[in-house]
Amino acid sequence: MATEAHAVGQAHEEHHTSTGLSNIKMAMWAFLGSECLFFGALISTYLIYSRPSRILPGTPMPSDIYDIPYTSVSSFVLLMSSVTMVLALAAAQRGEIPKMRLWLLATATLGMTFIGGQIYEFTTFAHEGLKLSTSTFGTSFFVLTGFHGAHVTVGILMLLSLVGLSHVGRLEQKDAYKVEMIGLYWHFVDIVWVVIFTVVYLMT
Amino acid sequence: MAEHEHPSELQYIKVGIVLAIITIAEVAVFYVPPLAPLLTWLLIPMMVLKFALVALWFMHLRFDNKLFRRLFMTGIFFALGVYTVVIVTLVTKTSNF
Repeated sequence: MATEAHAVGQAHEEHHTSTGLSNIKMAMWAFLGSECLFFGALISTYLIYSRPSRILPGTPMPSDIYDIPYTSVSSFVLLMSSVTMVLALAAAQRGEIPKMRLWLLATATLGMTFIGGQIYEFTTFAHEGLKLSTSTFGTSFFVLTGFHGAHVTVGILMLLSLVGLSHVGRLEQKDAYKVEMIGLYWHFVDIVWVVIFTVVYLMT
Repeated sequence: MAEHEHPSELQYIKVGIVLAIITIAEVAVFYVPPLAPLLTWLLIPMMVLKFALVALWFMHLRFDNKLFRRLFMTGIFFALGVYTVVIVTLVTKTSNF
């Protein structure tokens, strides 16, 4: 597949650091690496405590309450938000600020749709008898997906901040690295959900 | 630094379409009863493929400096290590796992 070179703004200028790489970008990747450990621990905990032998009799089992078609649509929405995010970055790097703003708003909207779906799912589960304190399955499920939802919410706030900055003229082509850093965070929460969707929902 | 060439918008959209197709395949596999015994072995490669596509194309690990890829992979290997240790400990130290 052929690639085309873009005018990529300040984000890809030579950096005067000991590595020649952007310290901000290095810090972001180190942060995302540490987040892998964080979510790895939560997913491990879920896998242990959602085993049928560890769920109290009379409390909901994963297979009883998961709504796979519903969660599939939510997963699809979050996955597509990664496409709009990378298109926002491409627009920012070319200096097309109105187009970038549009893609950022689309990404934030898709993120809010995902969070709305998660709130609905949590409410439905609570009505069906699964709460944070019902069983170790409930605790590990709500802690894992709740922390992921909190990460998505932080991402939405950062995306809206970028939109606000662009409105007041503080986000131009030379600031494309800001979009790139928040984009990395956004794609990370997306790939964490890729794992959660498969391991927690489909492999149950 | 070989971090200056990024894909075009069309290529990003093509990757997005591939991701959508894999997601549809994941859900389809889940609903085919004869495939139930193979579910884990079918879903894990698809999950890894989706993960890799987003990380390599959207997060630009394919195009950026290798140091970023190593930083991220270190986190993933540590996470897998934590999971392996926890599972091995539970299997060997508890009777009702």
